[in-house]
Amino acid sequence: MMMNEASKKQATDLKPGTQITGKWHGKRYLIKKKLGAGAIGAVYLSEAGGQPAALKISEKGTSMTVEVNVLKSLGKVQGNRLGPYLLDVDDWVSPSGEAYSFYVMEYLQGKSLASFLQSRGSEWTGVFMLQLLEDLEKLHQSGWVFGDLKTDNLLVVDAPPRLRWVDVGGTTKIGRAIKEYTEFYDRGYWGMGSRKAEPSYDLFAFVMVFLHVSHGKRFEKGVNPERTLFKKLDEAKTLVPYREPLKKALQGRYHSSLIMKQEIAAAINHTRSRRTARQNKHKSPVLLEMGGISALGAVYYLISLLF
Amino acid sequence: MRKGTLKQILLLTDGCSNKGEDPALAAAVAYEQGIAVNVIGILEDEQTEQPEGLKEVEDIALSGGGVSQLVYPEVLSQTVQMVTKQAMTQTLQGFVNKELKQILGSEGSMEELEPEKRGEIMEAVEDMGETCDLEVLVLVDTSASMSNKLPTVKEALIDLSISLNARIGRNRFSIYSFPGKRKDIQKVLDWSPKLDDISSVFPKLTSGGITPTGPAIREAMYQFGKKSLLRSLRNDDERGIEETGY
Repeated sequence: MMMNEASKKQATDLKPGTQITGKWHGKRYLIKKKLGAGAIGAVYLSEAGGQPAALKISEKGTSMTVEVNVLKSLGKVQGNRLGPYLLDVDDWVSPSGEAYSFYVMEYLQGKSLASFLQSRGSEWTGVFMLQLLEDLEKLHQSGWVFGDLKTDNLLVVDAPPRLRWVDVGGTTKIGRAIKEYTEFYDRGYWGMGSRKAEPSYDLFAFVMVFLHVSHGKRFEKGVNPERTLFKKLDEAKTLVPYREPLKKALQGRYHSSLIMKQEIAAAINHTRSRRTARQNKHKSPVLLEMGGISALGAVYYLISLLF
Repeated sequence: MRKGTLKQILLLTDGCSNKGEDPALAAAVAYEQGIAVNVIGILEDEQTEQPEGLKEVEDIALSGGGVSQLVYPEVLSQTVQMVTKQAMTQTLQGFVNKELKQILGSEGSMEELEPEKRGEIMEAVEDMGETCDLEVLVLVDTSASMSNKLPTVKEALIDLSISLNARIGRNRFSIYSFPGKRKDIQKVLDWSPKLDDISSVFPKLTSGGITPTGPAIREAMYQFGKKSLLRSLRNDDERGIEETGY
């Protein structure tokens, strides 16, 4: 048992400068720094042939294999990059003889959703909602459900700002039991539905992501979980325009992300046009112009969605 | 093809046994009968160090071919479903490794395969875990020190039922508490597909300081025995009828 604990420590405690050589494919990776650690292993920034890459390593071979399977099947979703790109899968035997499994992914650099919205403004909320729903639609179409959708598993990469998925370990085939979840985002925990992998499971978690970001923290479920959810939704100022579709998603009334996306898009346009109308009443040329620009922006955005 | 049934005992306790046979021995016997024994040790909120008594938790699971975990009450729900699923994978993988050894010789195990092949096997293991039938006998320690933890235990068991009933395979649960009034264990809920209705049946506390974990595990093991014996008799009957047809 002592041995076991010592080896656990090592996988999550590789020193920068450690050289990792794959047992099967022979590729070499230089460990630069630790990016994070979780229940299954740790992720490091590594370098191979001058290129940065994210390397996840763990002594839990089977769990790693399951994650790799998911990454591979996401790679098969045609023409889309839903998860991080998988570069290599291999084993490593440390100098002291312990065996580890590791896999190497594309290194995504970006900001958390919360810090992006804080620095660039909560107006971006709607755009990210549409991006996320678009990706979820593609995933669902190919027969999978994200499962463990939460703020920690999302990253905003820049220029242009795009919401990306960093950890797809919970991705589950539609119709099966959700593989991995986090209570706060799980509709089973809130008594709002089953843990069966279906699109509506992800759409519930989707709302929880934005409730989490909007309130700045997670909250307790209280005596009446459903009432707590609706109260928290009503209190979220940045979510006012999307309140109706979000409420429907919490109740599991969407069976497709596409329909939800259309209704969110409609809600965005509705607020933009209302804002423009209000500004017209003021007869202020500057405000009028601004309203015009935002309406134009909305039109452009819609066009870009169509193509 | 007839899918197999995985059998598990899930022991929820907060401390060491103090009566009867060694619980690790009872667990080893159960394991030999094809029943995995998982143990969850529930800590007090103010407990920071791993107390000596909870060392037993790990020993029982090791002998019982199951998974053990020490937790604080707040995270009990997630732990219970995770431990149950991990143990299922572990058991299935054990079968697979046994098969591999037969095919590849003594060197055969998943770790000795290259990552691509391992992936395919793991997919098969996951498929089995999703579709196989599962029987879980929950064994709850209701000695005096557990009194304040029982509401959390109840929540966690309902949650377990939500998780497992999302699977394609069928589930059967039963709940026993120990110590029983006159026997080592007391039936709380007979084999049933869901745990939703346990609020009404959840045990009233048995006061007193004894914790006969070993005898409780052994008695729990017999609860599978009785049932599967019945079923195997029934299956034999069916086969007999089929055979007379030829």
